[in-house]
Amino acid sequence: MAVVSRGFGARRRESDPRLPPGQYLTDDFPVLSAGPTPRIEQDEWRFAVRTEGGQTASWTWDEFMALPIEDVHTDIHCVTRWSKLETSWRGVSVDTLLDSVDTDAEYAMAHSYGGYTTNVPLEDLRGGKAWVAFEFEGEPLDPEHGGPARLLVPHLYFWKSAKWVRGLTLMPDDEPGFWEQNGYNMHGDPWTEERYW
Amino acid sequence: MTVGGWRPGRVVEAVAATPSARILRVQVPGWPGNDAGQHVDIRLTAEDGYQAVRSYSIGSYGTSETIELAVDEIPEGEVSPYLVEDVQPGDELEVKGPLGGYFVWRPGGEAPVQLIAGGSGIVPLMAMVRAATDVGAAGSVRLLYSVRTPRDAIYRDELARRGDDGGVAVTWRYTREAPAGWADRVGRLDEAAIRSAAWDPGREPIVYVCGPTGFVEHVADALVALGHPPARIRTERFGGA
Repeated sequence: MAVVSRGFGARRRESDPRLPPGQYLTDDFPVLSAGPTPRIEQDEWRFAVRTEGGQTASWTWDEFMALPIEDVHTDIHCVTRWSKLETSWRGVSVDTLLDSVDTDAEYAMAHSYGGYTTNVPLEDLRGGKAWVAFEFEGEPLDPEHGGPARLLVPHLYFWKSAKWVRGLTLMPDDEPGFWEQNGYNMHGDPWTEERYW
Repeated sequence: MTVGGWRPGRVVEAVAATPSARILRVQVPGWPGNDAGQHVDIRLTAEDGYQAVRSYSIGSYGTSETIELAVDEIPEGEVSPYLVEDVQPGDELEVKGPLGGYFVWRPGGEAPVQLIAGGSGIVPLMAMVRAATDVGAAGSVRLLYSVRTPRDAIYRDELARRGDDGGVAVTWRYTREAPAGWADRVGRLDEAAIRSAAWDPGREPIVYVCGPTGFVEHVADALVALGHPPARIRTERFGGA
Protein backbone atom coordinates (compact mmCIF):
# COMPACT_ATOMS: atom_id res chain seq x y z
CA MET A 1 0.00 0.00 0.00
CA ALA A 2 2.00 2.94 -1.28
CA VAL A 3 -0.62 5.67 -1.51
CA VAL A 4 -0.86 7.75 1.68
CA SER A 5 -3.12 10.78 1.78
CA ARG A 6 -1.03 13.48 3.43
CA GLY A 7 -2.53 14.74 6.67
CA PHE A 8 -5.54 12.41 6.62
CA GLY A 9 -6.74 10.67 9.76
CA ALA A 10 -7.23 13.42 12.33
CA ARG A 11 -10.99 12.93 12.58
CA ARG A 12 -11.04 9.13 12.43
CA ARG A 13 -13.94 7.11 13.77
CA GLU A 14 -13.89 4.28 16.23
CA SER A 15 -13.46 0.93 14.60
CA ASP A 16 -15.55 -2.04 15.64
CA PRO A 17 -14.94 -5.75 15.01
CA ARG A 18 -18.56 -6.06 13.89
CA LEU A 19 -17.82 -3.74 10.99
CA PRO A 20 -16.99 -5.48 7.68
CA PRO A 21 -14.04 -4.12 5.66
CA GLY A 22 -14.54 -0.74 4.02
CA GLN A 23 -17.66 0.12 6.05
CA TYR A 24 -18.31 2.93 8.54
CA LEU A 25 -20.79 3.11 11.40
CA THR A 26 -23.90 5.24 11.27
CA ASP A 27 -26.70 5.81 13.76
CA ASP A 28 -28.99 7.07 10.99
CA PHE A 29 -30.95 4.88 8.63
CA PRO A 30 -30.07 6.19 5.15
CA VAL A 31 -32.44 5.49 2.25
CA LEU A 32 -31.31 4.18 -1.12
CA SER A 33 -33.88 3.52 -3.81
CA ALA A 34 -33.71 3.77 -7.58
CA GLY A 35 -37.07 5.52 -7.92
CA PRO A 36 -40.08 6.90 -6.08
CA THR A 37 -41.33 5.13 -2.96
CA PRO A 38 -44.36 2.91 -3.74
CA ARG A 39 -47.29 3.28 -1.31
CA ILE A 40 -48.91 -0.11 -0.76
CA GLU A 41 -51.87 -0.53 1.59
CA GLN A 42 -52.01 -3.63 3.79
CA ASP A 43 -55.38 -4.68 2.35
CA GLU A 44 -53.99 -4.73 -1.21
CA TRP A 45 -50.69 -6.36 -0.19
CA ARG A 46 -50.05 -9.98 -1.22
CA PHE A 47 -46.99 -12.17 -0.90
CA ALA A 48 -46.44 -15.17 -3.16
CA VAL A 49 -43.83 -17.89 -3.60
CA ARG A 50 -43.75 -19.46 -7.07
CA THR A 51 -41.69 -22.57 -7.78
CA GLU A 52 -39.79 -23.50 -10.91
CA GLY A 53 -42.65 -25.87 -11.69
CA GLY A 54 -45.30 -23.17 -11.43
CA GLN A 55 -46.70 -24.11 -8.00
CA THR A 56 -47.73 -21.00 -6.07
CA ALA A 57 -48.36 -20.29 -2.40
CA SER A 58 -49.68 -16.87 -1.49
CA TRP A 59 -50.77 -14.91 1.56
CA THR A 60 -52.89 -11.86 2.27
CA TRP A 61 -51.70 -9.49 5.01
CA ASP A 62 -53.97 -11.14 7.60
CA GLU A 63 -52.89 -14.64 6.56
CA PHE A 64 -49.26 -13.53 6.75
CA MET A 65 -49.73 -12.14 10.27
CA ALA A 66 -51.11 -15.54 11.34
CA LEU A 67 -47.78 -17.21 10.48
CA PRO A 68 -45.13 -17.69 13.19
CA ILE A 69 -43.44 -14.32 13.75
CA GLU A 70 -39.82 -14.02 14.86
CA ASP A 71 -37.82 -11.26 16.55
CA VAL A 72 -34.58 -10.54 14.73
CA HIS A 73 -31.64 -8.61 16.17
CA THR A 74 -28.93 -8.00 13.62
CA ASP A 75 -26.34 -5.66 12.09
CA ILE A 76 -26.99 -4.37 8.58
CA HIS A 77 -24.47 -3.33 5.90
CA CYS A 78 -25.12 -1.19 2.82
CA VAL A 79 -22.87 -1.38 -0.25
CA THR A 80 -22.67 2.44 -0.14
CA ARG A 81 -20.41 1.88 2.89
CA TRP A 82 -22.62 2.51 5.93
CA SER A 83 -23.34 -0.14 8.54
CA LYS A 84 -25.84 0.02 11.37
CA LEU A 85 -25.38 -2.21 14.41
CA GLU A 86 -27.94 -3.92 16.64
CA THR A 87 -31.11 -3.23 14.69
CA SER A 88 -34.38 -4.93 15.71
CA TRP A 89 -36.95 -6.35 13.35
CA ARG A 90 -40.01 -8.60 13.40
CA GLY A 91 -40.96 -10.81 10.51
CA VAL A 92 -41.70 -14.25 9.13
CA SER A 93 -38.78 -16.55 8.41
CA VAL A 94 -38.31 -17.42 4.73
CA ASP A 95 -37.98 -21.05 5.95
CA THR A 96 -41.64 -20.88 7.00
CA LEU A 97 -42.68 -19.53 3.60
CA LEU A 98 -40.68 -22.13 1.67
CA ASP A 99 -42.26 -24.92 3.74
CA SER A 100 -45.46 -24.31 1.74
CA VAL A 101 -43.96 -25.43 -1.57
CA ASP A 102 -41.98 -28.30 -3.09
CA THR A 103 -38.90 -27.19 -4.95
CA ASP A 104 -35.49 -28.32 -6.17
CA ALA A 105 -34.54 -24.78 -7.16
CA GLU A 106 -31.24 -23.31 -5.99
CA TYR A 107 -31.89 -19.61 -6.53
CA ALA A 108 -34.65 -17.10 -5.93
CA MET A 109 -35.58 -13.79 -7.52
CA ALA A 110 -37.24 -11.41 -5.09
CA HIS A 111 -39.86 -9.22 -6.76
CA SER A 112 -41.09 -5.93 -5.34
CA TYR A 113 -43.97 -3.54 -5.80
CA GLY A 114 -42.56 -0.86 -8.09
CA GLY A 115 -40.66 -3.38 -10.21
CA TYR A 116 -37.45 -3.85 -8.22
CA THR A 117 -35.85 -7.31 -8.34
CA THR A 118 -32.85 -8.94 -6.69
CA ASN A 119 -31.44 -12.47 -6.93
CA VAL A 120 -30.39 -14.52 -3.90
CA PRO A 121 -29.22 -18.15 -3.67
CA LEU A 122 -31.71 -20.23 -1.69
CA GLU A 123 -28.94 -21.35 0.65
CA ASP A 124 -28.70 -17.69 1.73
CA LEU A 125 -32.44 -17.57 2.37
CA ARG A 126 -32.77 -20.85 4.30
CA GLY A 127 -31.59 -21.92 7.73
CA GLY A 128 -32.80 -18.95 9.78
CA LYS A 129 -30.86 -16.40 7.70
CA ALA A 130 -33.66 -14.46 6.01
CA TRP A 131 -37.09 -13.01 6.82
CA VAL A 132 -39.92 -11.02 5.33
CA ALA A 133 -39.95 -8.20 7.89
CA PHE A 134 -42.74 -5.74 8.60
CA GLU A 135 -41.59 -4.08 11.83
CA PHE A 136 -38.46 -2.06 12.59
CA GLU A 137 -37.53 -0.98 16.14
CA GLY A 138 -41.02 -1.79 17.38
CA GLU A 139 -42.87 0.25 14.73
CA PRO A 140 -44.51 -0.68 11.42
CA LEU A 141 -41.88 -0.43 8.69
CA ASP A 142 -41.97 3.01 6.99
CA PRO A 143 -42.66 3.03 3.24
CA GLU A 144 -39.29 4.68 2.53
CA HIS A 145 -37.59 1.77 4.28
CA GLY A 146 -39.67 -0.81 2.42
CA GLY A 147 -42.99 -1.05 4.21
CA PRO A 148 -45.42 -2.71 4.40
CA ALA A 149 -42.80 -5.49 4.23
CA ARG A 150 -39.27 -6.01 2.98
CA LEU A 151 -36.99 -8.96 2.59
CA LEU A 152 -34.35 -9.03 5.35
CA VAL A 153 -31.13 -10.91 4.46
CA PRO A 154 -28.76 -9.18 6.85
CA HIS A 155 -25.67 -11.29 6.17
CA LEU A 156 -25.59 -9.89 2.60
CA TYR A 157 -25.31 -6.23 1.49
CA PHE A 158 -28.62 -4.54 2.07
CA TRP A 159 -29.64 -4.14 -1.60
CA LYS A 160 -30.46 -7.87 -1.38
CA SER A 161 -33.04 -7.06 1.33
CA ALA A 162 -35.64 -6.00 -1.25
CA LYS A 163 -38.00 -3.24 -0.10
CA TRP A 164 -41.76 -3.49 -0.80
CA VAL A 165 -41.30 -7.19 -1.48
CA ARG A 166 -44.27 -9.04 -2.94
CA GLY A 167 -42.86 -12.45 -3.73
CA LEU A 168 -40.11 -14.92 -4.48
CA THR A 169 -39.75 -16.74 -7.79
CA LEU A 170 -37.65 -19.89 -7.40
CA MET A 171 -35.20 -20.67 -10.21
CA PRO A 172 -32.90 -23.57 -11.12
CA ASP A 173 -30.21 -21.14 -12.35
CA ASP A 174 -28.97 -17.78 -11.11
CA GLU A 175 -30.12 -14.66 -12.97
CA PRO A 176 -29.25 -11.03 -12.27
CA GLY A 177 -31.81 -8.74 -10.63
CA PHE A 178 -31.99 -4.95 -10.93
CA TRP A 179 -28.73 -3.78 -9.35
CA GLU A 180 -27.02 -6.97 -10.43
CA GLN A 181 -27.67 -5.82 -14.02
CA ASN A 182 -26.45 -2.33 -13.15
CA GLY A 183 -23.01 -2.94 -11.76
CA TYR A 184 -23.43 -4.82 -8.50
CA ASN A 185 -22.28 -8.29 -7.50
CA MET A 186 -24.44 -11.40 -7.99
CA HIS A 187 -23.96 -12.48 -4.35
CA GLY A 188 -23.02 -9.53 -2.12
CA ASP A 189 -21.15 -10.85 0.94
CA PRO A 190 -19.97 -7.79 2.93
CA TRP A 191 -17.19 -9.70 4.69
CA THR A 192 -15.45 -10.51 1.40
CA GLU A 193 -16.50 -7.17 -0.15
CA GLU A 194 -18.54 -8.66 -2.99
CA ARG A 195 -19.63 -5.17 -4.04
CA TYR A 196 -19.30 -4.67 -7.77
CA TRP A 197 -18.76 -6.52 -11.05
CA MET B 1 -17.22 -3.27 -17.80
CA THR B 2 -15.74 -4.56 -14.56
CA VAL B 3 -14.70 -2.08 -11.92
CA GLY B 4 -11.33 -3.55 -11.07
CA GLY B 5 -9.15 -2.49 -8.17
CA TRP B 6 -8.08 0.74 -6.57
CA ARG B 7 -6.27 3.23 -8.81
CA PRO B 8 -3.94 5.88 -7.41
CA GLY B 9 -5.16 9.41 -8.06
CA ARG B 10 -3.54 12.81 -7.63
CA VAL B 11 -5.43 15.97 -6.81
CA VAL B 12 -4.53 18.50 -9.51
CA GLU B 13 -6.92 21.29 -8.60
CA ALA B 14 -9.02 22.26 -5.57
CA VAL B 15 -11.38 25.22 -5.89
CA ALA B 16 -13.90 26.61 -3.40
CA ALA B 17 -17.43 26.23 -4.80
CA THR B 18 -19.58 27.39 -1.87
CA PRO B 19 -18.78 28.24 1.77
CA SER B 20 -18.97 24.50 2.53
CA ALA B 21 -18.04 22.76 -0.74
CA ARG B 22 -15.03 22.36 -2.95
CA ILE B 23 -14.56 21.19 -6.51
CA LEU B 24 -11.64 18.75 -6.82
CA ARG B 25 -10.05 17.61 -10.04
CA VAL B 26 -8.29 14.30 -9.67
CA GLN B 27 -5.97 12.79 -12.23
CA VAL B 28 -6.37 9.01 -12.34
CA PRO B 29 -3.92 7.28 -14.70
CA GLY B 30 -5.69 4.45 -16.50
CA TRP B 31 -9.19 5.76 -15.70
CA PRO B 32 -11.47 3.97 -18.20
CA GLY B 33 -13.83 6.94 -18.59
CA ASN B 34 -17.33 7.31 -17.17
CA ASP B 35 -20.90 8.04 -18.18
CA ALA B 36 -22.67 11.13 -16.90
CA GLY B 37 -24.24 10.38 -13.52
CA GLN B 38 -21.87 7.68 -12.26
CA HIS B 39 -19.98 7.77 -8.96
CA VAL B 40 -16.68 6.63 -7.47
CA ASP B 41 -15.39 5.27 -4.21
CA ILE B 42 -12.59 7.38 -2.74
CA ARG B 43 -10.16 5.72 -0.33
CA LEU B 44 -7.95 7.71 2.02
CA THR B 45 -5.06 6.14 3.92
CA ALA B 46 -3.41 7.77 6.93
CA GLU B 47 0.33 7.54 7.71
CA ASP B 48 -0.34 4.70 10.16
CA GLY B 49 -2.40 2.68 7.68
CA TYR B 50 -5.86 3.67 8.90
CA GLN B 51 -8.28 3.83 5.95
CA ALA B 52 -11.70 5.27 5.20
CA VAL B 53 -13.80 4.97 2.04
CA ARG B 54 -16.73 7.08 0.85
CA SER B 55 -18.72 7.35 -2.38
CA TYR B 56 -18.91 10.58 -4.39
CA SER B 57 -20.74 11.47 -7.57
CA ILE B 58 -18.65 12.51 -10.57
CA GLY B 59 -19.33 15.94 -12.04
CA SER B 60 -17.44 15.16 -15.24
CA TYR B 61 -18.05 12.55 -17.93
CA GLY B 62 -16.27 11.06 -20.90
CA THR B 63 -12.85 9.63 -21.59
CA SER B 64 -10.62 12.09 -19.72
CA GLU B 65 -8.30 10.62 -17.08
CA THR B 66 -8.97 13.69 -14.93
CA ILE B 67 -12.28 13.40 -13.10
CA GLU B 68 -14.12 16.14 -11.26
CA LEU B 69 -15.72 15.74 -7.84
CA ALA B 70 -17.64 18.37 -5.88
CA VAL B 71 -17.65 17.59 -2.19
CA ASP B 72 -19.91 19.23 0.38
CA GLU B 73 -18.60 19.14 3.93
CA ILE B 74 -20.56 17.17 6.51
CA PRO B 75 -19.53 18.84 9.80
CA GLU B 76 -19.43 15.59 11.78
CA GLY B 77 -17.87 13.64 8.92
CA GLU B 78 -14.35 12.27 8.76
CA VAL B 79 -13.70 12.23 5.00
CA SER B 80 -15.55 15.26 3.62
CA PRO B 81 -13.85 17.77 6.00
CA TYR B 82 -10.48 16.47 4.77
CA LEU B 83 -11.49 16.80 1.11
CA VAL B 84 -13.02 20.27 1.62
CA GLU B 85 -10.52 21.82 4.04
CA ASP B 86 -7.25 19.93 3.98
CA VAL B 87 -6.41 18.24 0.70
CA GLN B 88 -4.14 20.23 -1.64
CA PRO B 89 -3.02 19.88 -5.26
CA GLY B 90 -0.35 17.20 -5.37
CA ASP B 91 -1.90 15.10 -2.61
CA GLU B 92 -2.74 11.48 -3.34
CA LEU B 93 -5.77 9.31 -2.77
CA GLU B 94 -7.25 6.18 -4.34
CA VAL B 95 -10.19 5.82 -6.68
CA LYS B 96 -12.40 2.86 -7.59
CA GLY B 97 -14.94 3.03 -10.36
CA PRO B 98 -16.83 4.14 -12.28
CA LEU B 99 -19.77 2.78 -10.30
CA GLY B 100 -23.50 2.55 -10.93
CA GLY B 101 -25.22 1.73 -14.20
CA TYR B 102 -28.73 3.11 -13.64
CA PHE B 103 -28.58 6.76 -12.59
CA VAL B 104 -26.80 7.62 -15.84
CA TRP B 105 -27.57 9.61 -18.95
CA ARG B 106 -26.24 8.52 -22.33
CA PRO B 107 -26.75 10.29 -25.64
CA GLY B 108 -29.28 8.92 -28.10
CA GLY B 109 -32.60 8.93 -26.23
CA GLU B 110 -35.57 10.63 -27.87
CA ALA B 111 -37.32 11.74 -24.69
CA PRO B 112 -36.82 15.14 -23.07
CA VAL B 113 -34.82 15.11 -19.84
CA GLN B 114 -35.80 16.77 -16.59
CA LEU B 115 -33.10 17.18 -13.96
CA ILE B 116 -34.05 18.14 -10.39
CA ALA B 117 -31.28 18.79 -7.87
CA GLY B 118 -31.27 19.63 -4.20
CA GLY B 119 -28.06 21.16 -2.80
CA SER B 120 -24.97 19.12 -3.65
CA GLY B 121 -27.25 16.71 -5.55
CA ILE B 122 -26.34 18.87 -8.54
CA VAL B 123 -23.04 17.00 -9.07
CA PRO B 124 -24.14 13.97 -11.17
CA LEU B 125 -26.75 16.16 -12.89
CA MET B 126 -24.00 18.64 -13.84
CA ALA B 127 -22.27 15.81 -15.67
CA MET B 128 -25.54 15.25 -17.56
CA VAL B 129 -25.86 18.98 -18.37
CA ARG B 130 -22.34 18.96 -19.79
CA ALA B 131 -22.79 15.71 -21.70
CA ALA B 132 -26.11 16.77 -23.25
CA THR B 133 -24.70 20.16 -24.24
CA ASP B 134 -21.70 18.58 -25.91
CA VAL B 135 -23.90 16.44 -28.18
CA GLY B 136 -26.23 19.30 -29.02
CA ALA B 137 -29.10 18.02 -26.88
CA ALA B 138 -29.21 20.93 -24.40
CA GLY B 139 -32.56 22.09 -25.79
CA SER B 140 -34.26 18.91 -24.60
CA VAL B 141 -32.86 19.18 -21.06
CA ARG B 142 -34.26 21.29 -18.23
CA LEU B 143 -32.75 21.71 -14.78
CA LEU B 144 -34.61 22.67 -11.63
CA TYR B 145 -32.08 23.41 -8.87
CA SER B 146 -33.12 23.94 -5.26
CA VAL B 147 -30.63 25.60 -2.88
CA ARG B 148 -30.94 27.30 0.48
CA THR B 149 -29.36 30.57 -0.65
CA PRO B 150 -27.57 31.79 -3.80
CA ARG B 151 -24.24 31.24 -2.01
CA ASP B 152 -25.00 27.52 -1.62
CA ALA B 153 -25.23 26.82 -5.35
CA ILE B 154 -22.36 24.69 -6.60
CA TYR B 155 -21.67 25.45 -10.30
CA ARG B 156 -23.69 28.68 -10.12
CA ASP B 157 -21.50 30.60 -12.57
CA GLU B 158 -21.14 27.78 -15.05
CA LEU B 159 -24.89 27.13 -15.09
CA ALA B 160 -25.63 30.84 -15.60
CA ARG B 161 -23.10 31.06 -18.43
CA ARG B 162 -24.45 27.94 -20.14
CA GLY B 163 -28.01 29.24 -19.80
CA ASP B 164 -27.02 32.60 -21.36
CA ASP B 165 -25.33 30.76 -24.23
CA GLY B 166 -28.54 28.90 -25.13
CA GLY B 167 -27.61 25.82 -23.16
CA VAL B 168 -29.63 23.87 -20.61
CA ALA B 169 -32.37 26.06 -19.14
CA VAL B 170 -32.11 26.41 -15.36
CA THR B 171 -34.93 27.26 -12.97
CA TRP B 172 -33.69 28.19 -9.50
CA ARG B 173 -35.54 27.55 -6.29
CA TYR B 174 -34.36 29.21 -3.09
CA THR B 175 -35.59 27.65 0.12
CA ARG B 176 -34.28 30.20 2.67
CA GLU B 177 -32.98 33.34 1.00
CA ALA B 178 -33.21 34.59 -2.60
CA PRO B 179 -31.13 37.15 -4.49
CA ALA B 180 -32.24 40.79 -4.24
CA GLY B 181 -35.24 41.46 -6.45
CA TRP B 182 -36.24 37.79 -6.73
CA ALA B 183 -39.87 37.64 -7.84
CA ASP B 184 -40.71 33.97 -7.19
CA ARG B 185 -41.72 32.48 -3.88
CA VAL B 186 -38.96 31.45 -1.47
CA GLY B 187 -39.45 28.07 0.21
CA ARG B 188 -39.52 24.35 -0.23
CA LEU B 189 -39.96 23.01 -3.74
CA ASP B 190 -43.65 22.20 -4.12
CA GLU B 191 -45.92 20.64 -6.71
CA ALA B 192 -46.83 24.00 -8.26
CA ALA B 193 -43.18 24.94 -8.71
CA ILE B 194 -42.37 21.58 -10.26
CA ARG B 195 -45.37 21.79 -12.58
CA SER B 196 -44.37 25.21 -13.88
CA ALA B 197 -40.65 24.46 -14.29
CA ALA B 198 -40.56 20.83 -15.41
CA TRP B 199 -41.43 19.10 -18.66
CA ASP B 200 -45.09 18.14 -18.74
CA PRO B 201 -45.74 14.43 -18.10
CA GLY B 202 -47.43 14.33 -21.53
CA ARG B 203 -44.00 14.86 -23.13
CA GLU B 204 -42.92 11.62 -21.45
CA PRO B 205 -39.67 12.98 -20.05
CA ILE B 206 -37.20 10.89 -18.16
CA VAL B 207 -36.65 12.56 -14.79
CA TYR B 208 -33.48 12.42 -12.68
CA VAL B 209 -33.74 13.56 -9.06
CA CYS B 210 -30.71 13.83 -6.77
CA GLY B 211 -30.30 15.32 -3.33
CA PRO B 212 -30.72 14.60 0.37
CA THR B 213 -33.17 11.81 1.24
CA GLY B 214 -35.97 14.10 2.43
CA PHE B 215 -35.72 16.25 -0.70
CA VAL B 216 -35.76 13.28 -3.06
CA GLU B 217 -38.67 11.57 -1.28
CA HIS B 218 -40.68 14.80 -1.41
CA VAL B 219 -39.89 15.59 -5.06
CA ALA B 220 -40.44 12.02 -6.28
CA ASP B 221 -43.83 11.89 -4.53
CA ALA B 222 -44.77 15.23 -6.11
CA LEU B 223 -43.73 14.00 -9.56
CA VAL B 224 -45.89 10.88 -9.19
CA ALA B 225 -48.81 13.07 -8.03
CA LEU B 226 -48.33 15.25 -11.14
CA GLY B 227 -48.68 12.20 -13.36
CA HIS B 228 -45.09 11.21 -14.09
CA PRO B 229 -44.91 7.38 -14.28
CA PRO B 230 -42.71 6.02 -11.44
CA ALA B 231 -40.72 3.96 -13.94
CA ARG B 232 -39.54 7.20 -15.64
CA ILE B 233 -38.30 8.77 -12.40
CA ARG B 234 -34.72 7.86 -11.45
CA THR B 235 -33.52 8.87 -8.03
CA GLU B 236 -30.26 9.11 -6.16
CA ARG B 237 -30.51 9.85 -2.46
CA PHE B 238 -27.76 10.68 -0.05
CA GLY B 239 -27.92 11.27 3.62
CA GLY B 240 -26.84 9.87 6.89
CA ALA B 241 -23.30 10.12 8.06
